[in-house]
Amino acid sequence: MSTITTPSSTSAAAPQKQRARRRVEPIFYFFLVPSLVLFTLAITIPGIIGIFFSFTNSIGIGDWDFVGLTNYIAIFSDPAILQSYLFTFGFSIVTVIAVNVVAFLLAVGLTSRIRMKSALRTVFVIPMVVSGIIIAYVFNFLFSNSLPSLGAAAGIPWLESSLLANPDLAWVAVVLVTAWQAVPGALLIYIAGLVAVPGDVYEAAEIDGASKFQQLLKITLPLVSGYVVINIILGFKGFLNAYDIIVGLTNGGPGTSTRSIAMTVIAGFNGGDYAYQMANATIFFVVAIVISLVQLSLTRGRNAL
Amino acid sequence: MTNQATLAIDDSTRGQAVTTGAGRRRSTPKVERVNWSATTILVLCAVTVLLPLYVTVSMAFKTQGQAVDGNAFSFPAPFSLDGFVQAWTLTNFPVGAAMSLLVTAGTVLATIILAAFASYAIVRNWERRLFRYSFFYLLGAMFIPFPVVALPQIQLTGRLGLDNPFGVILLATMFQLSFSVLLFTAFLRSIPMELEESARIDGATTWQTFWKLIFPLLAPMSATVGIFAFLYAWNDFMMPSLIISDPALQTLPVRQNLFQTQFSNNYHVSFASYLMAMAPAIIAYLFTQRWVMAGVTQGAVKG
Repeated sequence: MSTITTPSSTSAAAPQKQRARRRVEPIFYFFLVPSLVLFTLAITIPGIIGIFFSFTNSIGIGDWDFVGLTNYIAIFSDPAILQSYLFTFGFSIVTVIAVNVVAFLLAVGLTSRIRMKSALRTVFVIPMVVSGIIIAYVFNFLFSNSLPSLGAAAGIPWLESSLLANPDLAWVAVVLVTAWQAVPGALLIYIAGLVAVPGDVYEAAEIDGASKFQQLLKITLPLVSGYVVINIILGFKGFLNAYDIIVGLTNGGPGTSTRSIAMTVIAGFNGGDYAYQMANATIFFVVAIVISLVQLSLTRGRNAL
Repeated sequence: MTNQATLAIDDSTRGQAVTTGAGRRRSTPKVERVNWSATTILVLCAVTVLLPLYVTVSMAFKTQGQAVDGNAFSFPAPFSLDGFVQAWTLTNFPVGAAMSLLVTAGTVLATIILAAFASYAIVRNWERRLFRYSFFYLLGAMFIPFPVVALPQIQLTGRLGLDNPFGVILLATMFQLSFSVLLFTAFLRSIPMELEESARIDGATTWQTFWKLIFPLLAPMSATVGIFAFLYAWNDFMMPSLIISDPALQTLPVRQNLFQTQFSNNYHVSFASYLMAMAPAIIAYLFTQRWVMAGVTQGAVKG
């Protein structure tokens, strides 16, 4: 990050003195303060209130008492919450892998000598701009009506029943639709990485007799590894918040087999356990912070990107 | 930004190097070999992207009889607007569209203005602790998922009388602020100070300098910031569904959820409704592709 020198402190000889003399123009406070106030009101205060109430037995309204860590202890033995964490992490890991494999291969294809390059790129980005819940309803129809009737017509028995009605396989549908929507973001980042790879390394490899597949594995992949890291972390962070697509596809079902952490928090709140779900949200927040710290430590010093 | 241009240039030089390398014809003029197998595979992949969208469009134009016959992939015969007519009145589409438009326009405008204001103040006073810490403070929202603060936000907006589209505008803007401030500050740092100094010599105040010089220079970044705020606000389901308490004031994505049971098996009605809600975002994207693509790359690299 570069430091910006201001007009009055450009003389590096006495920056300390200059700084002391120069007053910040009041207009800059007018520029900055509205954002700070609204941000504090909309995000910081709710966050503090939430953490505060996670140590109480509040139901959202009326009287409450401090209950210490009771909520937190209860969460760690609550099968519904443990299941939502298990589902959300499992689903996120599978989706991250699927998205990155598909996006990387598509990016390699889209940066090679092909026809209709810009038209194809335009098409591949479309899933990113459609509403998650609406496209989930479209896929819901395809999974529960079209695929079974296709399966019946073709005589494939396992296709005849809806994927969404099967408690063991409904998560596959959630992965497919989430990946369908998440591939474009990862794809664009990989394209940016691939076009930055200088062409002459491939030329050299070619002369040394490396096959196309060897080039992909030994040259391309290591050279874009920074982009792989970024995509994995950005994707994982996003998938942990999964909500819209699951509501449209399975609404957490069958049973609670595809209920994400976010859905558990909201459903529990609607069911009246405010303080308990705030404790759950606070744990979720800590998880999100840990992942962000991992992101920072992995991407710091990768200025070559 | 210039991103697209660099992509295009890099693409062509890279392809050139590969073909010349392969053919060992470095001295002769290169022959561009089109990779037809890759083209074919990619076109097939593009079909899987377009298939759900095709089904949406074709189902929307079917008659009720054809919509329930079980063949989703058939072409509508005859073309019928019945689905649109019914969806229009059933979901009260004009009000839903107006609410979506209000939330989206409000979020886009508020995000661009607040983020540009704050970024300008931060970059020009970076040596001041207040401004420097404010930068990291505003960036903090990147690490806070909405579900974490959703429950207290539902309560607070309810108490403040903001359990309506205006509350959604406020919250959506605050969640968009981090990414937007990040993009704006990175861009502002690259604007040479001399430009502003000459404006000041001509007697311009900071307020005038911002509007006459800085804000126009920020235009490509504002486009990127704006299109992302647009896509988020137009498509989001979770936040409006939780914050807006009156169903009559709900946005289009939430309406699809509210009317899901009433659509029942009238698939031509539900798909017409989906199409009307989805189309504006797709059309907006087709006209603003370069900023969408630039935004993803810059957001990832700078984040």
